[in-house]
Amino acid sequence: MSYLPYAVAAWICLWGIAGIATSRNLIHLAVCLTVTQSSSYVFLLAVGYVEHGKAPIFLGTKLGSTAVDPVVQALALTDVVVSVAVIALILALALDAHRLSGTVDPDRLADISG
Amino acid sequence: MTWIPPLLVTIPLLAAAVTAGLDHVTPEPVQDALVVCASAATTALAFVLLWQVESHEVVHWFGGWRPHHGVALGIDFAVGPLAAGMCAVIGLVVTLALVYSLTFLREAARAFDALMLVALGAMCGFAMSGDLFNLFVWLELMAVSAYALTGFQVERLGPVQGAVNFAITNSLGGYLFAVGIALVYARTGALDLAQIGNALAHGGAGGLVIVAMTLLFCGFLIKGAVVPFHLWAADAYAVAPAPVCAVLGGVMTDIGLIGVARLYWTVFSVPFGHGHAVGDVLVWLGIVTAVLAGTMAFLQRHLKRMLAYSVVCHIGIMLAGIGLLDSHGLAGSELMFLAHALLTAGLFFVAGILHVDHALIDELHLRGRGRGSWVPAIAWFAATLGLIGTPYVGIYLGHGLLDEGATELGRAWVPALLWLGSALAGAALLRAGARIFLGWGDETDPLLGKVVEEEPVERDVLRPLLVGVALVAVVLGLVISVVPGLGQRAGYAAQRFRDTRAYAARVLHDRRMAPPQSLPISLEHTTPESLLYGAGATIAALGLAVVGLYRRRLPRVVSAVATRTLAPPIRVLHELHSGVVGDYVTWIAVGTAVTGGVWALLLHG
Amino acid sequence: MSRRTRLLVLGPALAGLAALFAWAIAGLPAFGDYRGPYGFVLNRVVVPLRHTTNVVMGTTFDVRGIDTMGEEFILFAAVLGVTLLLRDEARSRRAERRTRRLPSDAVRLLGVAMIGAGLLVALWLMAFGYITPGGGFQGGVVFAGAVVLLYVVGSHRDYHPFRDEEVLDPLEALGVGGYVVVGLAALVSGGAFLTNLFGLGETGALVSSGSIALLNWASAIAVSCATLLLFSEFLETYVVPLDAEDSAA
Repeated sequence: MSYLPYAVAAWICLWGIAGIATSRNLIHLAVCLTVTQSSSYVFLLAVGYVEHGKAPIFLGTKLGSTAVDPVVQALALTDVVVSVAVIALILALALDAHRLSGTVDPDRLADISG
Repeated sequence: MTWIPPLLVTIPLLAAAVTAGLDHVTPEPVQDALVVCASAATTALAFVLLWQVESHEVVHWFGGWRPHHGVALGIDFAVGPLAAGMCAVIGLVVTLALVYSLTFLREAARAFDALMLVALGAMCGFAMSGDLFNLFVWLELMAVSAYALTGFQVERLGPVQGAVNFAITNSLGGYLFAVGIALVYARTGALDLAQIGNALAHGGAGGLVIVAMTLLFCGFLIKGAVVPFHLWAADAYAVAPAPVCAVLGGVMTDIGLIGVARLYWTVFSVPFGHGHAVGDVLVWLGIVTAVLAGTMAFLQRHLKRMLAYSVVCHIGIMLAGIGLLDSHGLAGSELMFLAHALLTAGLFFVAGILHVDHALIDELHLRGRGRGSWVPAIAWFAATLGLIGTPYVGIYLGHGLLDEGATELGRAWVPALLWLGSALAGAALLRAGARIFLGWGDETDPLLGKVVEEEPVERDVLRPLLVGVALVAVVLGLVISVVPGLGQRAGYAAQRFRDTRAYAARVLHDRRMAPPQSLPISLEHTTPESLLYGAGATIAALGLAVVGLYRRRLPRVVSAVATRTLAPPIRVLHELHSGVVGDYVTWIAVGTAVTGGVWALLLHG
Repeated sequence: MSRRTRLLVLGPALAGLAALFAWAIAGLPAFGDYRGPYGFVLNRVVVPLRHTTNVVMGTTFDVRGIDTMGEEFILFAAVLGVTLLLRDEARSRRAERRTRRLPSDAVRLLGVAMIGAGLLVALWLMAFGYITPGGGFQGGVVFAGAVVLLYVVGSHRDYHPFRDEEVLDPLEALGVGGYVVVGLAALVSGGAFLTNLFGLGETGALVSSGSIALLNWASAIAVSCATLLLFSEFLETYVVPLDAEDSAA
């Protein structure tokens, strides 16, 4: 059981990649990209978990009581912002693609190649 | 002088915030001046820093959180000559691109300027950072600004497709990198590169470290457009405005390689440094990249797409130089980075001038139209020779050092293959130059990909400014090989960069470093082999260019045989570069799995 | 590649990646067995050194404050990028935009209540972020979310003041620029960039933790504005499909 969270994270990552590679819709694809990124949150938070640890907020808790790693939480926060930024740009591009070509299917978007 | 490193990041970022925030109230000339001054000031400070770091690594601990007993708490910028040199070149190229775009892009100019400055700050931060997660932050910051800049010309589908492919593949690379960070952090409980290296010295490497390295390196190689992760590059560069291409192709793509080098010598050389397995994989990736991208460049008719493949080709050569894992190879790659950044920027600037003059960007359509544009023509041909590595110009010195390193390591066949790549890419550029500026060659060539036309760009430009900027970039790039003392300093920078122990001691324990030996100010010598290779590559490129121009006039037997043998693989190559992002992501998965698998086999046990 | 070929290539590649992941996971410490040292050290030192009781925010805005600066600029660049990418879209759609009020008063009342509650929660998250769970980022996002509810329960016109670029752009720049300026102030005073400058105050009090409070507010402003700008860029281009009846009204 103790490796399950890591396995879940790996599974999310691979499933997200499969989704991105086979997606027929840019909006769906953007969501798949977010799924892949969620795997890094799960990995980070799982890695920093301390058994029986509380949140690293020491208000009314004695300093030095068991708490989980605060670093991974700060990293996950940054990671979330990255994800927001990327998804916003891809959705904007999806809107542009739809306006210009009437489709959001990345397979049919291939204007340039070779 | 430890206050300079944070300024290289904060000056451009603050200027970006001011530019965007005061967009509605500030008159245009003031804004333009602010943007160019901020970029130029960053460049100037980078040069001051370069002079400062001569004797020791300048380390800046943000927030004053210095390490205690070898445990880093905060984030540091640790700047040696290599990182400072990178910042200087990055600043130079971005400044040139901003000056170029003063009249080249007038529409939505504020957002454009602000994003360029953000990219500048992010690239400098990336070059200097000594913290694994901080590297990721700068990587994503430059990526987000680059995606938007690529899709700048939203009135056509091509830029949208290019930006989509760019954004999706590079974001995926970023996420693989993030997972790699989590794995490394689980093993070491540290994010500071020096401290991670120390932690990995104990307790064996094992599968965890090998997989983490694979994910981290592949993240960078996607950014660096190394085969098979390179497919996005041509789509993105083909459609971005010329000054954006100059920054993307000149410095931003190459920066992924700096990441690889930085991570290897601070972290992964500790567990894996005793063998050559890590380096050999990088060398092979580099060789395949150089030859394949050189070939692809030769098969293009769209100028910016051709240049994109030329960039990828040289990235392969630089990656191979890093993969040799010795000081000569790394120093060679540094010098190539310098020359390549400026020459590539210059070529993109010339392509932009042609685009403005004729509203065309296609080699065949432009045939003969560049007649009379002498200065752009000279800039184009000179920059091309510089990129081939003709003796004593452009990338030649870097390539020479790389050859020397490879020969010393008993891999004399590596340079031969790399020179082939640069000859192929150079042949493409020579052919295009001859067709456009001299009107030589046939009017059609079915072997070159399909036509992609672009919207005409801004006509109301200050043309002498564009030509001047292009010329400055090309001249600076050409003389890199003959600047006295530069070769020796690159070698010294490489030695410092590769000294894992001294770096860790300096960063974590604030130790003084050994004083530098005084370096001569003379021309670095290159071997006769390099001279032969350089001359050979130039002749081969000229020959191939002529064949490309007058393919139809070859004797019928020759051309029939050539068509029968070459046409099928060329068709396959064109089809592989399909422009479909699902394919690209599939290749990323394949590349990551194969690279990881090879390292698993070579490094395990 | 045809989709079929793509699947045939992708399958083995993913299997290979899965094997690599399995190998890596086998080498990880068991879940719950975090061995440090980084997190343990921070949990020990941040509260006494910085008088903030929320160590995550202490990490975000002080120990790893430069990461957060980069992160703010990522959001800033995303807003600029989306504005740039949607400039044609916005131009072509602006003319045809219409609005429709929600028909049910009960729903609108509930919505208004939710806006109020949302704003309160947002302010609490921002103001007490370095003491209790929360922070400028979380508060900023909740704040923008509450304002966007106005678009849902009210109408385009009610929402209008909250998408005024001439106000939001400078405010956002003030947020991200302010973050940099606080960092530079430390540099000018002779310390390292982003050194905590101001009086640390009493642990657990609202006025405590020095620069962390300022940086927290800077990012609260930046994130609120950035999120609002992102929302309005997309709402701008979104056209509500109208029935004939509605457009007549």
